[in-house]
Amino acid sequence: MIGELVAWLTNPANWTGQGGILVQTLLHLYYCVVSVAVAALVGVPLGVYIGHTGRGAVFVVGASNAMRALPTLGVVTLLVLCFGLGEAPALAGLVILAVPAIVSGTYAGITNAPPDAVDAARGMGMTSWQRLWQVELPNALPLLFGGVRSAMLQVVATAAVAAYVGLGGLGRILLDGLKISDYAQMAGAAIMIALLAVLLDLVLAGVSRRLIPRGLVPATRNRR
Amino acid sequence: MIDELIRFFASPSNRELVVGQLGEHIYLSLVPLVLGVLLALPLGRLAQRVRWLRGPLQGTANAFYTVPSLALFVLIPGIVGTPLLSPLNVVIALSIYTAALLLGPVADALESVPAHITAAATALGYRPRRLFLSVELPLSVPVLAAAVRVASVSNISLVSVGALVGIGGLGRLFTDGFQRDYLVEIVVGIVLTLLLALVVDLLLVALWRVLTPWTRAERA
Repeated sequence: MIGELVAWLTNPANWTGQGGILVQTLLHLYYCVVSVAVAALVGVPLGVYIGHTGRGAVFVVGASNAMRALPTLGVVTLLVLCFGLGEAPALAGLVILAVPAIVSGTYAGITNAPPDAVDAARGMGMTSWQRLWQVELPNALPLLFGGVRSAMLQVVATAAVAAYVGLGGLGRILLDGLKISDYAQMAGAAIMIALLAVLLDLVLAGVSRRLIPRGLVPATRNRR
Repeated sequence: MIDELIRFFASPSNRELVVGQLGEHIYLSLVPLVLGVLLALPLGRLAQRVRWLRGPLQGTANAFYTVPSLALFVLIPGIVGTPLLSPLNVVIALSIYTAALLLGPVADALESVPAHITAAATALGYRPRRLFLSVELPLSVPVLAAAVRVASVSNISLVSVGALVGIGGLGRLFTDGFQRDYLVEIVVGIVLTLLLALVVDLLLVALWRVLTPWTRAERA
């Protein structure tokens, strides 16, 4: 089984062309980056607003819990049946599933900003806007990025599932392999999906380490 | 919509399908939850006790948790040697997810048991195994509870992906509904998944209350 898998993965014919591994990997990556970017454009401002004003906090906690139970395959098939086949409804499904993780990460980050620092900022006469921009938001970055990372993992997985309703990407190769019961092809695509998920997670971890101000890195990392 | 729902459930074959897949869904999500907890307890203990192992163990757990479910469902037959269509693949994959999710919380929970309590139990003659089972483990339940709830909800949601590789559960209603262009069937599947998650969550909360009588005594 392993031999067939290696043979499939190392066969140049499987990598090139329209339906090849290379094109489908890039397509998968493109779906993920676009969906998470759109989800962040919606989710970060929403999370900031709710965290800063405290309005709608109950809604966020409830909604993000309910969304965790929502089966992705169900959401994607429902959207496609309602709005027709095509990339847009499937991508909308990815965005919908990614938004709650980003909102709740941002919200948690803002509300977990150290109260001492927020009070000090207030005492120094900072306006609400300055407080948000200079104190709460930088302090929120670690949890905010945590939200973006889990949204990204969710999207990589869902994009693979959405191949069932006609989306391209690595899930396409996997399900086509299933149709012709070619295990090597399925496993090859599965390995690529797993690698893509791990790689994207590492990249986001690296980016967040770069962007989080040095003073906010948890003290535990300085040990040893 | 209501009319269509009534029409859907009026058909005995639909009712049979829904009940059958619901039963399978419960089995495929709860068995891995139990197996995952049983797997996470010794591993979490190891991570807490052996300092240098904690990093590698947590890293491995995170890596497993990063792999998308569809990929894991397909890769497990190649690694373990199970048939591709075996429900065992879903059970193994979700057990791994549960254990990966719980490893950190188990270690943290055991770490949070106050030293004077374990010292007192040791002085009373508790040997390590009994100390673990009747003192440390019960005292970790409150910290573990939150993580187990998350794992149960995520298992219940992930089982449906198994329908793509031909495994049963409520996901069948999604693939079936999609192929027949039958919206109601998909809605029924989603609603039942959410309800199942809710019911299991309530049961888990009730279970923790039974397992931690002292938290209520303190409040009273």
